[in-house]
Amino acid sequence: MLIKLEDIKKIYQVGAEMVGALQGISLNIEENEYLAIMGPSGSGKSTLMNILGCLDTPTSGSYKFTSELVSEMDDDQLAEIRNRQIGFVFQTFNLLPRATAIHNVELPLIYNGTPSSKRKKIASDALERVGLADRMNHRPNELSGGQRQRVAIARALVNNPKIILADEPTGNLDTRTGEEIMEIFEQLHEQGNTIILVTHEEYIAEHTNRIIRLRDGKIERDESI
Amino acid sequence: MMRLLIDLWEGVKIAFQALRANKMRSLLTTLGIVIGITTVIMIHSIIMGLNAAFYTSISALGSDTLYIGKFSWMSRTDWIEARNRKDITLKREGNAIKEYATLVKAVAPTVSAQRTVKYESEKLNDVNIIGTNEEYAITSNVEPEYGRMLSKQDVDHRRNVCVIGWEVADKVFKNKNPLGRNLSIGSYPFRVIGILEKRGNLLGHNLDNEIIIPLGIFQKQYGARRWVTIEVKVIDPALIEEAKDEITGILRRVRKVEPHQENDFAINQQDMIADMYKRLTTALYAFAFGVGSIALIVGGIGIMNILLVSVTERTKEIGIRKAIGARNKDILLQFLIESLVVTAFGGIVGIIAGFVFAKIIAASTFLSATVSPVSVAIGIIFIFIVGTFFGLFPAYKAAKLDPIEALRYE
Repeated sequence: MLIKLEDIKKIYQVGAEMVGALQGISLNIEENEYLAIMGPSGSGKSTLMNILGCLDTPTSGSYKFTSELVSEMDDDQLAEIRNRQIGFVFQTFNLLPRATAIHNVELPLIYNGTPSSKRKKIASDALERVGLADRMNHRPNELSGGQRQRVAIARALVNNPKIILADEPTGNLDTRTGEEIMEIFEQLHEQGNTIILVTHEEYIAEHTNRIIRLRDGKIERDESI
Repeated sequence: MMRLLIDLWEGVKIAFQALRANKMRSLLTTLGIVIGITTVIMIHSIIMGLNAAFYTSISALGSDTLYIGKFSWMSRTDWIEARNRKDITLKREGNAIKEYATLVKAVAPTVSAQRTVKYESEKLNDVNIIGTNEEYAITSNVEPEYGRMLSKQDVDHRRNVCVIGWEVADKVFKNKNPLGRNLSIGSYPFRVIGILEKRGNLLGHNLDNEIIIPLGIFQKQYGARRWVTIEVKVIDPALIEEAKDEITGILRRVRKVEPHQENDFAINQQDMIADMYKRLTTALYAFAFGVGSIALIVGGIGIMNILLVSVTERTKEIGIRKAIGARNKDILLQFLIESLVVTAFGGIVGIIAGFVFAKIIAASTFLSATVSPVSVAIGIIFIFIVGTFFGLFPAYKAAKLDPIEALRYE
């Protein structure tokens, strides 16, 4: 078992009111799964994604990642998990605008103390894998949307994470470019990676093998295709 | 360890990137630091220069020489009271010290006056004429560059001879050799027997504009009722306090000071001037420190302010870095380094500017300036304190940002 969520609840205080963004989510994810989390806005999918990505901790419930209990971790331990075990791909790419493609990809390696010479090699390999070997020294504003998202994917891959978490990865791309990105995810899945997509587009979710639909902070349906 | 080094290096690179991206802003921000460090370095250099000049200057007095007179060099004694004291005389005090003091190796009574000196058509006004004896060479530590000093015979027989200072020789005799020529001092002729080595200044008093003549002839030609200062050289600098006690005893006895009365004379020494000077410069130091500190605090607040702006502007960047694994302390370090880089830039400019200004001031006024490694060290210490102190709050704020909130920030 790679991920085991048990009765995860997340409650926010908005003014005097308590809002339950997640109201008891239990979920198992195996290694090398390719799944999509879907749901309308307000369904809690972003919150679930943040908890799965160790950016946030649940109010109650337990989250086990491999054998580690994430729900009890402090800030630094969470940072460590994010660094080594999780690769993020965001809708808005979230690259550092002033850094070159290769430097952006190197960033996660900097934060686990990989020496500079090794970093360059690993980062350029990762960029090659996403087909950007010839764009390494370009800055984000010199790249197209699709290319930027590939840089982001290379960055997500660079520490050989256990899971890749992609939040609407095609949301800012045209259909054709979106398909190209989805092809990369498919390849990564075939190579043995575990991929979790968050999306509200049915045709994107159809690429995956399992779709989890959320509504009002609960799992409405969990279906394998 | 490796990780910390990589973190530090990365921090420096990010800092430079950020500074390049905001050149004008960084420049203005750092101005306060430049002014602060410039002030501190400049004033420190000038004080160091003053110190060097001062201690060279008073070294002419000699640390093992006592100067006995009616007036204390310390300004605390009442001048009118001191003026009404019994005169210090050659016969009474001079002889008593010579006879009874065991810890002194030379005693030279001195009197002085300003006179115009003439040789042929050359004239020099306000030359300091000193009447003394043959032991003056020892007490005041002077040696002739050419010729000889006064001898005991010159003094005993009140010969019309003189030893002239460097500047007198230079200005009055021009290219001629003064030795053996007759110099007219206030219209009396004196034969030049020696020329003193170059001595420089003593607290603004030109020691080369001086003529030494036998005491007896001085009193005969220029009058006997003058303030006498008795210069005493102690046999060993370590015994200076004992010598002072001994002389105090002798003088109280010959001047018939009652046991309940205070001394009606003063034994002066180089230390007293040094003490006074130290008290003066301490005040100057405090002032400089105050001015510099205020400028640095203002500069530091400027840096803190701009860093807070920078943290807000880069909230998204912080979110991204945290998402991919930056710990709180990585972010803290990054902004601290940025603060230190900005401060260091200002500080280095300030150190250079401080030295330049100090040199300009030294060149255009009577002040002198010494550039010393201590000044640089002071500058660097200030840079670190200011950079760390004022960077800490913005850096802490950045480190504590919630990654989700930060990622959402546009």
